[in-house]
Amino acid sequence: MIRRLLVANRGEVARRIFATCRAVGIETVAVHSTADTDAPFAREADYAVQLPGNAPSATYLRGDLIIAAARKTGADAIHPGYGFLAENAEFAAAVTEAGLTWVGPPANVISVMASKIDAKTLLAEADVPVLPSWTDVSTVDEFPVLVKAAVGGGGRGMRIVHNAESLGEAVSSARREAFSAYGDNTVFCERYVDKARHIEVQIIADQHGNTVTFGERECSIQRRHQKFIEETPSPAVTPELRENLCSAAVAVAQAVGYSGIGTVEFLLTPEGEFFFLEMNTRLQAEHTVTECVTGIDLVRLQLFLAEGGRLPFVSAPPMRGHAIEARLCAEDPASNWLPATGKLSRFEVPNVAGNFRPLMQPGVRLDSGVEAGSVVGVHYDSMLAKVVAWAPTRYEAARMLAATLARTKVHGLLTNRDLLVRVLRHPAFLSGQIDAGLLDRQPEVFAPLLSSVEAVRLSCLAAALAGAAARHANAGTSLPSGWRNVASTAQTIVYDGPAGPVEVGYRLDASGALAQWWVRAVDPEELDLAGLGQVGVIDDHPPVAVVSAAPHEVVLDVAGVRLTVDVHRVGDVSYLDSVEGSVALHELPRFPLPSAELEEGSLTAPLPGAVGRVLVAPGQRVGAGELLLTLEAMKLEHPVHAPADGVVSVVKVRPGALVDTGALLAIIQ
Amino acid sequence: MSDRAVMLAKLTELEQEHAKAVAGGGPKYTDRHRKRGKLLARERIELLLDEGSPFLELSPLAAWGTDYPVGASVVTGIGHVEGVECLIVANDPTVRGGASNPWTLKKIFRANDIALENRLPVISLVESGGADLPSQKEIFIPGGRVFRDLTRLSKAGIPTIALVFGNSTAGGAYIPGMSDHVVMIKEQSKVFLGGPPLVKMATGEESDEESLGGAEMHARTSGLADYFAVDEHDAIRIGRRVVKRLNWRQHRPRASAPPKLNEEDLLDIVPSDLRIPFDPREVIKRIVDGSEFDEFKPLYGDSLVTGWASLHGYPIGVLANARGVLFSEESQKAAQFIQLANQTNIPLLFLHNTTGYMVGAQYEQGGIIKHGSAMINAVSNSTVPHLSVLIGASYGAGHYGMCGRAYDPRFLFAWPSAKSAVMGPAQLAGVLEIVARQAAASAGREFDEDSAIAMRMMVEQQIESESLPMFLSGRLYDDGIIDPRDTRTVLGICLDVIHGTEFRGAQGYGVFRL
Repeated sequence: MIRRLLVANRGEVARRIFATCRAVGIETVAVHSTADTDAPFAREADYAVQLPGNAPSATYLRGDLIIAAARKTGADAIHPGYGFLAENAEFAAAVTEAGLTWVGPPANVISVMASKIDAKTLLAEADVPVLPSWTDVSTVDEFPVLVKAAVGGGGRGMRIVHNAESLGEAVSSARREAFSAYGDNTVFCERYVDKARHIEVQIIADQHGNTVTFGERECSIQRRHQKFIEETPSPAVTPELRENLCSAAVAVAQAVGYSGIGTVEFLLTPEGEFFFLEMNTRLQAEHTVTECVTGIDLVRLQLFLAEGGRLPFVSAPPMRGHAIEARLCAEDPASNWLPATGKLSRFEVPNVAGNFRPLMQPGVRLDSGVEAGSVVGVHYDSMLAKVVAWAPTRYEAARMLAATLARTKVHGLLTNRDLLVRVLRHPAFLSGQIDAGLLDRQPEVFAPLLSSVEAVRLSCLAAALAGAAARHANAGTSLPSGWRNVASTAQTIVYDGPAGPVEVGYRLDASGALAQWWVRAVDPEELDLAGLGQVGVIDDHPPVAVVSAAPHEVVLDVAGVRLTVDVHRVGDVSYLDSVEGSVALHELPRFPLPSAELEEGSLTAPLPGAVGRVLVAPGQRVGAGELLLTLEAMKLEHPVHAPADGVVSVVKVRPGALVDTGALLAIIQ
Repeated sequence: MSDRAVMLAKLTELEQEHAKAVAGGGPKYTDRHRKRGKLLARERIELLLDEGSPFLELSPLAAWGTDYPVGASVVTGIGHVEGVECLIVANDPTVRGGASNPWTLKKIFRANDIALENRLPVISLVESGGADLPSQKEIFIPGGRVFRDLTRLSKAGIPTIALVFGNSTAGGAYIPGMSDHVVMIKEQSKVFLGGPPLVKMATGEESDEESLGGAEMHARTSGLADYFAVDEHDAIRIGRRVVKRLNWRQHRPRASAPPKLNEEDLLDIVPSDLRIPFDPREVIKRIVDGSEFDEFKPLYGDSLVTGWASLHGYPIGVLANARGVLFSEESQKAAQFIQLANQTNIPLLFLHNTTGYMVGAQYEQGGIIKHGSAMINAVSNSTVPHLSVLIGASYGAGHYGMCGRAYDPRFLFAWPSAKSAVMGPAQLAGVLEIVARQAAASAGREFDEDSAIAMRMMVEQQIESESLPMFLSGRLYDDGIIDPRDTRTVLGICLDVIHGTEFRGAQGYGVFRL
């Protein structure tokens, strides 16, 4: 019996496991890095042990330190969560050797499945359909192929290669990424199937030879080969196919003597054939959707099985309704998914029915690793939270999830929120005809939710009016804001918005009513001409009346229709949320300080991170497109290429250095 | 037309006249100015002011009805810079190069008086071609006061700051010269006593403007410039920093409840025919906090309303004419009320709608002169700050008793409905006619009735036009004409300003003739 459980993980998964522990009466132990000292999961645990440092290799991947922490705190079991050491057989073995209960399958099972190559070989022999693959990359004789890391999951290092020429770079880059993520640089190639769907089956096996499946999940909506919208049941799976998939999954589990909670992943071709991809010998992020439709706490079941419990059922419970999970990530989909970092100044998901555990009735579930005030750094995964909607039907779940996300206030970081909403509302998604290429074929999903000119203008106006209300409140005076006895110029503010700088002008009349307003784009070269109160072209602006303007909320009457805009100001940035969408506006200083401009040919960091490799030295001649150095952030490697032919005159950084966005990396002349 | 429609028509007219001042030298000169990459006078002010803070422009109609452009080529007003209430004087270089005419001087003098009396830091936004030479005879001799005022402000411990945006030459060079803090702008400021042609004439020396008076020279060599700005925005930014470092009193506003009654109704109260009396309580209750007005002696001398209220949180005593005429009782009530305000150190607000002190044998015998004198004595020697607003008529000695311009209220504003003269146009014309009739009779001449009618009409018209607020505002007899709905705001700003100084009620008065 487990009395005190250490979770060798962080963020939402740690919180998820702790939630069940609290429900079943198990004491909790967190291990955390220095940066995570104040993270919610570390605070929520009964005991917390700091692993000094921040890099995963110094903290969450240090099995020895984690076992020591378990000893120190008197924990009698370790749950690895997912990611980090979850599929590390050596760690599983070490935990068991240390006399602790390992919440997961036996180490030998992990090690078989950990190598996707070995697993495929084994399962091909057990008549499970597998895709052709090449472990020696020089023997690849058909394209396209997918380069994959042999260990680990989550799509890290995965690359599609269409020809032999680009195979070399893809393989070496995948190796590096695999090594940095999993400490193993083995990669292999596998046939790439276009328009394939990703279907996985939830396996539950006890230590007494009983195995059941809990239906399938579809995880076809992916970016960079990583899942970000998952659902159950799959719209592509008929009862007959489900039966076949589940039988195959059971065959896989039994072939390796699996016990515990696991997932067998299959690739479903447009023709309806399926192939074994890999087995994840752990709980998965998307277990939440299965919990919704089955009503069963999989973590509870997992702990029960780890304690040697016998499965209380012989078949899957009935599936009720449909559940969809969206992964809200701090990243910029429009800029090649660059991870975003910063302080989450506000995080509010509306109408949440429950957190971390199965819901009692249809609604929205939020599993979040962060909260308002959390700092999202460069060291770990960019996922902020999983938002799950459970409804009687698929379209209802999609509508509910889209609306919830659209009304979520997430300030301080760029996120994929708008993309998630657009995908969930897209006819292609709603039709159920989805596959891994959906994003490539439907580029319109990358547009921000707040995209109409008028909606953007109204948000800018609301920001300005809220700013005026805030200044007025701050001044503590009862004199009207911006009052003039001689009407000359309007009040103006210049914001830097998603589409560049804009000037907002507004003039209130004696009664405080909006007498005039405009929002116009400003040429970044002519910023000093902005904000002078000159009347812009306002013919196409709708008539707007201010119903009320407070620092936190502006209510506008737009041609007879009332619109409420919530305003949240942090420093110079105003976050505007309305039913039309959200936008962050950075108020530009009225008097920009004359600052030194960057020298021509300067290369700056596109995102914050640690410098990985530096491949050039001062004086070196480089060609356009040549790889100069790499940045590592959010466990991904971002290349920095030479923009043009030239000579490297300065290299400002060394490997391992931490850089902020915009930091000078090198100069090419 | 309803009274409201008449008032709105007058406000439209006022707006048009203000627009003339705002237009400065017109599109041709404003475009040329902008093309030089320069900001307009009001744009400079807007950038200088704290965002969203109010700005009370003073004497915007200066020079109205004269040969000079409305506004008198300068903008003056009171606004907040880094939380400090400042008096701002900005030349409008689009009007004849920002040259000063006689009305420019009067407007600047008035602004300097306000700064000195209320201890407001003065920020000069300088860009002026100097004196308007054709009118030099009216400028040269009085104009010296501009520089005298600056150094006297400085002596009084009131900071003076000059941001030099362009020409500030010859006499104008003494504006930065006399200011405590001077900011000049790279390749823009020109500050010298004599330009290259004059130097050539005087000494034969060949020179250029930059070496004679450029910002770089003054910053590096002469030391006249304390701060060197790279452009206009930078100069304004530096100007704001200078104010921030003055260690000056910060604006300390007070919270207050708005009037319960709608300020919008202020447009309906004053009848378009000023012969019809109106109740000033309707005005008072729409400008004071919470519409709360505690009347003093309501049953005595009821042609003058007196009482206590607060306005934007500041306590005030109000005197307002109710039925135009001031009788002995009203005069005595006023004198008593003014003394009470001085005892309790409360500023006074005068709302004018008076046709003067009552005349007639009964009243003369009743001592109306004695009582009127007592009221004027009290007003004259009162040492609490006074604010005057002409909301209706302000005729005769009533204008004096109600603290007219000559009695130095800290601020005096007029509603578009106001009229001010020694008496009403019809009365004045009638008086003139009676005098002429008497003169004809005593000379034994026949009185020409036809020409008398023509004369009467002409006089009436002239007096009517000369008693209108724009005419008076053009002559700086008020600090501006205001929208009645802005009255509370304007007075609130004035009260903020006034409270920047220490004031103490009068300890003694002239001899009251009892």
